[in-house]
Amino acid sequence: MNGLRCGTGARVRVVLPAHLRTLAGVGDEIAVDLDAAATVQSVLDAVERDYPVLCGTIRDHVTQRRRPFLRFFACGEDLSHHFVDVPLPAAVAAGDEPFMVIGAIAGG
Amino acid sequence: MSGVRVLVGTRKGAFILTADGMRQSWEVSGPHFGGWEIYHLKGSPVDSNRLYASQSSGWFGQVMQRSDDGGKTWTPVGNKFAYEGTTGTHQWYDGTPHPWEFKRVWHVEPSLTDPDVVFAGVEDAAMFRTTDGGQSWQELPGLRTHSTGNRWQPGAGGMCLHTILLDPSNANRMFIAISAAGAFRTDDGGQSWRPINKGLHSQYIPDPAAEVGHCVHRLAMHRERPDVLFMQKHWDVLRSNNAGESWEEISGNLPTDFGFVIDVNTQQPDTIYVVPIKSDSEHYPPEGKLRVYRSRTGGNEWEPLTKGLPQRDCYVNVLRDAMAVDSLDPCGIYFGTTGGQVYGSADGGDSWSPIVRDLPAVVSVEVQSLP
Repeated sequence: MNGLRCGTGARVRVVLPAHLRTLAGVGDEIAVDLDAAATVQSVLDAVERDYPVLCGTIRDHVTQRRRPFLRFFACGEDLSHHFVDVPLPAAVAAGDEPFMVIGAIAGG
Repeated sequence: MSGVRVLVGTRKGAFILTADGMRQSWEVSGPHFGGWEIYHLKGSPVDSNRLYASQSSGWFGQVMQRSDDGGKTWTPVGNKFAYEGTTGTHQWYDGTPHPWEFKRVWHVEPSLTDPDVVFAGVEDAAMFRTTDGGQSWQELPGLRTHSTGNRWQPGAGGMCLHTILLDPSNANRMFIAISAAGAFRTDDGGQSWRPINKGLHSQYIPDPAAEVGHCVHRLAMHRERPDVLFMQKHWDVLRSNNAGESWEEISGNLPTDFGFVIDVNTQQPDTIYVVPIKSDSEHYPPEGKLRVYRSRTGGNEWEPLTKGLPQRDCYVNVLRDAMAVDSLDPCGIYFGTTGGQVYGSADGGDSWSPIVRDLPAVVSVEVQSLP
């Protein structure tokens, strides 16, 4: 999948947990066009813009903090604890690798 | 009446059980929202096809769902529950101040007159309202900001607003209950609230007769006699004849006065039902016998109802929102267990049978009487 390589306007691939795919009515992967440089924040902003039903499910409505049982992975790295405005790996911004929202393997 | 629709919330989804007025043969649909905790779902009293459901998850937070066709299809609606103004603090388990944090919706209570108006009781305890069919929710902050709010503490299940009763004779009056703060009443449509806990006695708080701090598990009323309230507290079953101004204990001959559910027969305002549960901490029926207790005298004199219920080796619980009554005659009573059974009685409690036996743990049961 080809993405734009400029700082803004990139198309980023996003993989969601199964329950959020069901909630949003989407398949294994979505693509979102960013309004800003590729960061965790701009990706999540774009996901929530295109799929408003996901607002509040990945990050808290009020605090905007990542829900504690979710993680953000890309290019073999755990980006969960990075500042949300740190640029994502170039391969994500280029659309070559997906930004993955992962649900913790836990619970009964 | 052409039938009933029983709405069941479980730890892993919602189920809808339907039957005709005989209430003998049931159809089961679900799971709806499989894998999610459904704390509560309830239908509008003025539009039986309009349902609201609270869907939540430790991973993904709160989602609200609405159906306009009796639960055949669902649409996610607004899920933003933001406390209004300064959040403030309540007491944490260790007694330290702890900021209010929204966790989930425990109870949805549709308006008696408008299908687009719904009240929501949430954890940490507060009351919200939608007037647009669930698209947006606004807090009624007078409850959370009550002068006693900084002294409220969570029960073991969290600091939840779990019961909302709307007074059919007075649109401005509502009753709510919070674990573990107690019962409150508003007479101005939710703008201001006051505790209604006089007569409650709770040994587990420093002042057993305190204004707030009681772990009220459930309130119930008969819609034609809204000044008479019934309460299942952490321990004690109580009655108020004056809209909560004062309470008197009516536990009488119950084998244990601990329990979660309480409800009132829709045809007989002085016939009430509880499910005694052994406590502390066991939280299963005494002697392994699942018994509903019925009082036909408004309390104090109770009879066990056992026909069709397991009378040996039964160690399930019946949680606070998991009993409901229909409006048919004779009254139908329904309750769900943490073992996944939903039992129903079509004869006022004289006999029972399982509608379903193997659902996930049941959190809530509601019933609609269909036209």
